[in-house]
Amino acid sequence: MPGAARRRSSPLPGFELSLGITILWLSLIVLIPLSAVFVRSVSEGWSTFWAAAASPRAIAAYRLSFGAAALAAAINCIFGLLVGWVLVRYRFTGRRLLSAVIDLPFALPTAVAGIALTALYADTGIIGRLLSAAGMPVAYKPAGVVVALTFIGLPFVVRTVEPVLAELSSEVEEAALTLGATRLQTFSRVILPSIAPALATGFALAFARGAGEYGSVIFIAGNVPFKSEIAPLLIITQLEEYNYAGATAIACVMLLISFAVLLLLNLLQHWRQRRDA
Amino acid sequence: MTAASLREPPVAKALLIGAAIAYVGLMLILPLGTVLVEALRKGWDAWWAAVSEADARSSIRLTLIVAAISVPLNTVFGIAAAWAVSKFHFRGKTALIALIELPFSVSPVVSGLVFVLLFGAQGWFGPWLEAHDIRIIFALPGLVLATLFVTFPFVARQLIPLMTAQGSANEEAALTLGASGWQTFWRVTLPNIRFGLLYGVLLCNARAMGEFGAVSVVSGHIRGETNTMPLQVEALYNDYDFVAAFAVASLLTLLAIVTLALKSVLEWRHRRALAAAH
Repeated sequence: MPGAARRRSSPLPGFELSLGITILWLSLIVLIPLSAVFVRSVSEGWSTFWAAAASPRAIAAYRLSFGAAALAAAINCIFGLLVGWVLVRYRFTGRRLLSAVIDLPFALPTAVAGIALTALYADTGIIGRLLSAAGMPVAYKPAGVVVALTFIGLPFVVRTVEPVLAELSSEVEEAALTLGATRLQTFSRVILPSIAPALATGFALAFARGAGEYGSVIFIAGNVPFKSEIAPLLIITQLEEYNYAGATAIACVMLLISFAVLLLLNLLQHWRQRRDA
Repeated sequence: MTAASLREPPVAKALLIGAAIAYVGLMLILPLGTVLVEALRKGWDAWWAAVSEADARSSIRLTLIVAAISVPLNTVFGIAAAWAVSKFHFRGKTALIALIELPFSVSPVVSGLVFVLLFGAQGWFGPWLEAHDIRIIFALPGLVLATLFVTFPFVARQLIPLMTAQGSANEEAALTLGASGWQTFWRVTLPNIRFGLLYGVLLCNARAMGEFGAVSVVSGHIRGETNTMPLQVEALYNDYDFVAAFAVASLLTLLAIVTLALKSVLEWRHRRALAAAH
């Protein structure tokens, strides 16, 4: 790519310098380090790789990380749509504050979120007390992972759905109403289909972030192997046991899955642009 | 057809707003409040003792140093990347943008692991580094590298759409009037992008100071030496010293609140200057 780079005549200076800095920095900080995971995985040999990447403990960890991330992303699609709808369609006091608070999970360090959620959802916490009285303890259980990932993922859905809701033309809704549709029918048959691609993008973003999430999860999850141990934690455990090959193999699987999600996201983007056109 | 028939009945509207506020209150505000309540559970004196204790102070210093090194580096990179991508046409541009955003889809733990594979004792350069008595992993350079990786896309991602939307007309005019390339950048481009740049730096800094997973892998968790604030929170929490853990966490929460406030002010006051960035 850098070699093939060819600029169309532009009178501005600095093409070589700026592109040079970009590619150098990208290679040093991101590309070369990331390639280490793949090179290391290959050099360990297929059988070593497979034994670590597909061990029963690793499979249980992937299942929890990706399963909880999918469930949390689905919850966020419902509530993210609700919050996005309210922010775009209604004017009420406190709207700006509500909008500002949505980005809290981006700004609050994950470890802080982790200990705060644990304090809330543990048996001694305000919410945990109610939940365990109802026979549904959350903290130190797989359900705790879902709670943490739901916290982390909300802004991804709200921020992707908002602009699309704002641009939705009222003419289509008017037409549906004229044709005798109820408000609910208009929502499910007209509005929902037009924001479906944005919702799918929000889901994928929240899912990708959740699957790799570590800081907010480890405090509230029980971290018991096979039960409540997420994949990123298993990587750290392997590293602490000096099992570099094991850690690398699991990291490799996680990277491949996140690249697949990234590809899917780009396809979604393509789909949205074609629909808009 | 009146506009009123396009709206939900007032009751439905009130219910929807109530539900949204209740959900955000339960999911986001309550955890935020919990940090502050827990931090002050034993009063201000206990809070002050916890945040002014030697290891806590050292973690604050380390967090500031790591951010002071990594944020400017990624800011310079972000400006360079945005200049190349937005002012010129070249093949592979879409791929380049995708690669710049790559760190967002990598698990923080993997972001730290990659540097252990390169510079750790069993890593590619491990033996060489050891022979020359250079420490990267379990030391400041490792913390900086991991932070650079996770905060890599923030400034670039903010500036690329903004500068693309602004085009090159202003710069071309300045050059025609005899300004040099650098003069054009400092006097024309930089003032045009200053709010977008500030926005990107703000988010980059919040992530740099709050990063946990990636630095956790490379830190070695030596108290008073390689623990950043989030790592110190974890260490105190695992000691069951909850008041101290939440006290240090409350400082990070303050950082988050300030970040959100500044971000909101930028969004309200300079919506148009940021317009293309969203």
